[in-house]
Amino acid sequence: MVDTLRGRLPRVRAGGPLPILAILGVLLVLVAIRQPDFLAPASLMSFLGRSAPIILLAAGQYFVIVSGEFDLSVGSLVTAEVVIAARLIDGEPARTWPVVALVLASAAFVGLVNGLITTWLRVPSFITTLGMLLILVGAVYLWSDGSPKGELSEQFRRFGRRAVEGVPVLGRVPYALLVVLVLGGLAVMLMRSDFGRTLIAVGDNARAAELSGVRSGRARTIAFVLSGGAAGAAAILLGGYSGVSFQAGSGLEFTAITAVVLGGVALGGGRGSVAGAMLGALTLELLFALMNFSGVSGTVRPAVQGAIILLAVAVTAARSPSR
Amino acid sequence: MLRSVSKSFVGVRVLDHIDLDVTPGEVHAVVGENGAGKSTLMKIISGAYAPDEGSVVFAGETRVFRGPREARRAGIGMIHQELTLLPDRTVAENVHLGHEPVRRGLVDRREMLARTSALLTSMGAGPLPVDAPVGRLGIAQRQVVEIAKALALDAQLLIMDEPTAALADHEVELLYALVRRLRGRGIGLLYVSHRLAEVFDLADRITVLKDGTRVTTVPAAETTTAELVRHMVGRDLSGYYPERAAPGDQGPVRLAVRGGGNRKLRDVNLRLRAGEVVGVGGLQGSGRSALARALFGVAPFTTGEVRLDGRPVRLASPRAAIRAGIAYVSEDRKGEGILARQSVLDNALLAARAISGPWSGRAGRTTRMRELLGAVDVRTAGVDQEIRFLSGGNQQKVVLARWLALGPRVLLFDEPTRGVDVGATSALHDVVRRLAREGAAVLMISSDLPELLGMSDRIIVMREGSIAGELSGAASEADVVALAVGAAPGAVA
Amino acid sequence: MSALSVVARRPVPGVYVALVLTAVIGWLVVALRGGALFNQATIVSLLHVAAGLGLVAVGQTLVILGGSLDLSVAYVVSLSTLVAAETMNGGNGALLPGVLLALAVSAGVGLLNGLLIARARVNAFIATLGVGLLLKGYLDSGYDGPAGSTSPGLVQTLGYQRIGPVPVSFVVMLAVAAAAWLTLSRTRFGHHLVAVGGDPEVARLSGVRTDRVLVAAHVLCSLCAGLAGVYLAARLGSGAPRVGTEGLYDLESIAAVVIGGTALAGGRGGVAGTVGGVLLLAGIDAIFNQLELDAFAKQVVRGVVIIGAVAVYARRAVRKGRW
Repeated sequence: MVDTLRGRLPRVRAGGPLPILAILGVLLVLVAIRQPDFLAPASLMSFLGRSAPIILLAAGQYFVIVSGEFDLSVGSLVTAEVVIAARLIDGEPARTWPVVALVLASAAFVGLVNGLITTWLRVPSFITTLGMLLILVGAVYLWSDGSPKGELSEQFRRFGRRAVEGVPVLGRVPYALLVVLVLGGLAVMLMRSDFGRTLIAVGDNARAAELSGVRSGRARTIAFVLSGGAAGAAAILLGGYSGVSFQAGSGLEFTAITAVVLGGVALGGGRGSVAGAMLGALTLELLFALMNFSGVSGTVRPAVQGAIILLAVAVTAARSPSR
Repeated sequence: MLRSVSKSFVGVRVLDHIDLDVTPGEVHAVVGENGAGKSTLMKIISGAYAPDEGSVVFAGETRVFRGPREARRAGIGMIHQELTLLPDRTVAENVHLGHEPVRRGLVDRREMLARTSALLTSMGAGPLPVDAPVGRLGIAQRQVVEIAKALALDAQLLIMDEPTAALADHEVELLYALVRRLRGRGIGLLYVSHRLAEVFDLADRITVLKDGTRVTTVPAAETTTAELVRHMVGRDLSGYYPERAAPGDQGPVRLAVRGGGNRKLRDVNLRLRAGEVVGVGGLQGSGRSALARALFGVAPFTTGEVRLDGRPVRLASPRAAIRAGIAYVSEDRKGEGILARQSVLDNALLAARAISGPWSGRAGRTTRMRELLGAVDVRTAGVDQEIRFLSGGNQQKVVLARWLALGPRVLLFDEPTRGVDVGATSALHDVVRRLAREGAAVLMISSDLPELLGMSDRIIVMREGSIAGELSGAASEADVVALAVGAAPGAVA
Repeated sequence: MSALSVVARRPVPGVYVALVLTAVIGWLVVALRGGALFNQATIVSLLHVAAGLGLVAVGQTLVILGGSLDLSVAYVVSLSTLVAAETMNGGNGALLPGVLLALAVSAGVGLLNGLLIARARVNAFIATLGVGLLLKGYLDSGYDGPAGSTSPGLVQTLGYQRIGPVPVSFVVMLAVAAAAWLTLSRTRFGHHLVAVGGDPEVARLSGVRTDRVLVAAHVLCSLCAGLAGVYLAARLGSGAPRVGTEGLYDLESIAAVVIGGTALAGGRGGVAGTVGGVLLLAGIDAIFNQLELDAFAKQVVRGVVIIGAVAVYARRAVRKGRW
């Protein structure tokens, strides 16, 4: 019987990365037609570096969504961390590393609070994280009296804006891209671990998972912590790249959710890969770049995101059997 | 009234050319084992399902109801096994849901209250607070409201599916009186029940269903409990069952429960020995599943003591039970068993992943699981296939493999072969027996009497939340049914 | 057998007790700092705040009672202000067409929400989030700031006219609330809506057309948000593309409904409680204003209050037990 178990089916599973790779390919072709120099190593590398924060946020959001929840606080968390980092560093290079650690730790802590409120107090996660959004935005404005104080050190900013120079063929490889490759690789490994598999199990059927000994609340809380941590990392890159402002992370939670959905991850949990989510982010950024080349205003981005979410959900609803 | 009705679900014929008629002013009882097709039949008459073949003739007309709404309006009232009342709404609101009386565009509350009171009075039910939320009423009163709701649209036919399941003895008497009064008013009643005593108390005629076919319809006065039980069971034991344990094969007591009780169970005393398969019989709602769920920590015992291999254990959660060496296969495979959208391998490894530490036990686990899946004979295109594409039987084998990976000492099975085809059933039986032989203690709940008798070394029968009696593996189907319905064993000889 | 618990049907929801307590404590605290909470100016501004939030929250009550949810209300509010103000274009001639068009557009959004949820079976949270993003994209790309001009006639009446200390708008809100109350308690639609929220399967078995009921509820909810938009246009004198989101009408309306004792899962609660919840939130707002609390601190407290309130009710729902 064992040989009947060996894979005969090709591994095309729903939620796999193939569809998103296809979309990405089509967009690349369109970009190549519209703006051929975009595909030159230099501009491509810089595009990948620019996309790094949203890729990280998509990976973080993925953990939460695949477990069946939502994290709407990540955009404001990015803003908060950027503003906090600027004020704490206040231009002092020596404070760079402690502040980096603090940013990551405090962002993960916010995720922990989100997770505990959602799982222990049973507050629906969209309310928890929307409430957290208010608190973070309010707190950071309050703390900085209405306008960002201090400035980031050059050492801090290099993560988001500097690159490894003189790499053969590629030219400049942005640090941000390296960060994404490392953290993205870790995320993929995590999803292949026991924790990752049980996290998906919780999102698929929490009841069945619990009856097999899974601590679903704990798994979901960890997912929120990871989402918070990813927001912290994104804040470091974004602060470095675009500087300090109260708008630093504005609306990024929706961008991240859209990217995750675009990457084939089911809202409601239980299906999709973290690689797909990150590719979804890349695709979304490429789409925005294409819109930019075509002279479409950036202000229609939310509408594009809304359309993608509704379309993806409608397609999933149409494909899944009734009830 | 019902002509040659058939119905299949996913290729399984649940009803096979059933004829049935109810005359006005008659109580017609429908009896049969769990799974005989009673509920499906009632759902067809009340419009919830459409028949594949045959027709419903009501008041002289052939009808095809496109949903419960139409059947209700035509005059067929249905009382479901589970109450269909909204606890936060008042009695009058519940009774009139879907057809509220309206005057000048607004719901006429006074009319609604008056009609409800009148209806309840005409039913001869005691005074009920018609303007109070249903949630404040007791179970028996809710049952009365449920009946009033079914009658509110001038029902000429009332279908009652196990109406006494949740009632206490004195409440059952009230229900009887109500049923008789409705019969006196010329309403036809279809009365579905497991409980034969009840059927003899009420019915004019009795129809016996078995495996989706009608065995017989007899006037109640011309039959006996013993005859009905014979009609209900009496299936040929053609299935193959693995050899039972010899008395000497059984080891020491693995699991012992003393005085176990909770909201659904009373004074449960039970011993499972290593190497034996203990069957659990009883009607739905008799506490069979509650027993398994108490032992697995889903709804733990609140009183009494559980010992595992002689040591007291606290089974406060499924996780605690799993760590103690207990495994549980739920009757609700879809809701509580499988992760529909995950692969066969991920489903099989779920429990092992859930309880292993972060750094331990991973080496070779996947290889071992592949072997295990082969050993329990899972037929799949590959372990990476999503489990929802497998047949019920293969899904169940995967769930079994999930537990076998942990080497459990006690296995609890709740309807392990429900919805499983014959071949897979036989394979599952073999695995269960093999586990026992290897030293596990097995508790197996089954509504399938041949399976229960064929697999079990001993059988305990549950009734109303406690153990009604214990039978040897050599008992007959009739013995089990008699214990389960509470008939004196002699009556069913 | 679910929900065996006895649910007391109290004529006055507990929120009014909280309201009185808040008023007393607020009055004391403000008085100690030498201010006066209950002077005309404070009360007038409190009632103005309550009017806008109340209109939205009453609509939100309907969908939540029916077991659904609407996260797009904030954008509908903004959209409605613009449609009204641009149609009126500063003259009294187009007052009525402006109002009607604003309401019609809002109703259209509600219809879309309702169809997505009831017919396409998209989760309410995702459907209304997606529709909200679509609207946001339209608003962001079409408008940088205020646009259009509200009819002076509407500004003078709905915007600023008062009867004693009570603004006309507050009276309008109470009238809408009363109409919603009448609808819920005295129409078939209302009875059916609550039944659908309580248990859709029971409602269906009882002959209720659940889809229609849900769609109608969403249309009414958006109409209420549209009316709130008309009011805000009258208050501001022009259309404001971000007034809905900045006013947090999505989260605050849900919070008011939940604080008012309506179950987030649907089937239990009512408009009377929601009005109490609105007054409570507006009251807290007024107290903060009197204390000259920083706007950002206010936002932090709002976030905490919302999460806390939902947590209290969520825990209570758990205790009452669904199984």
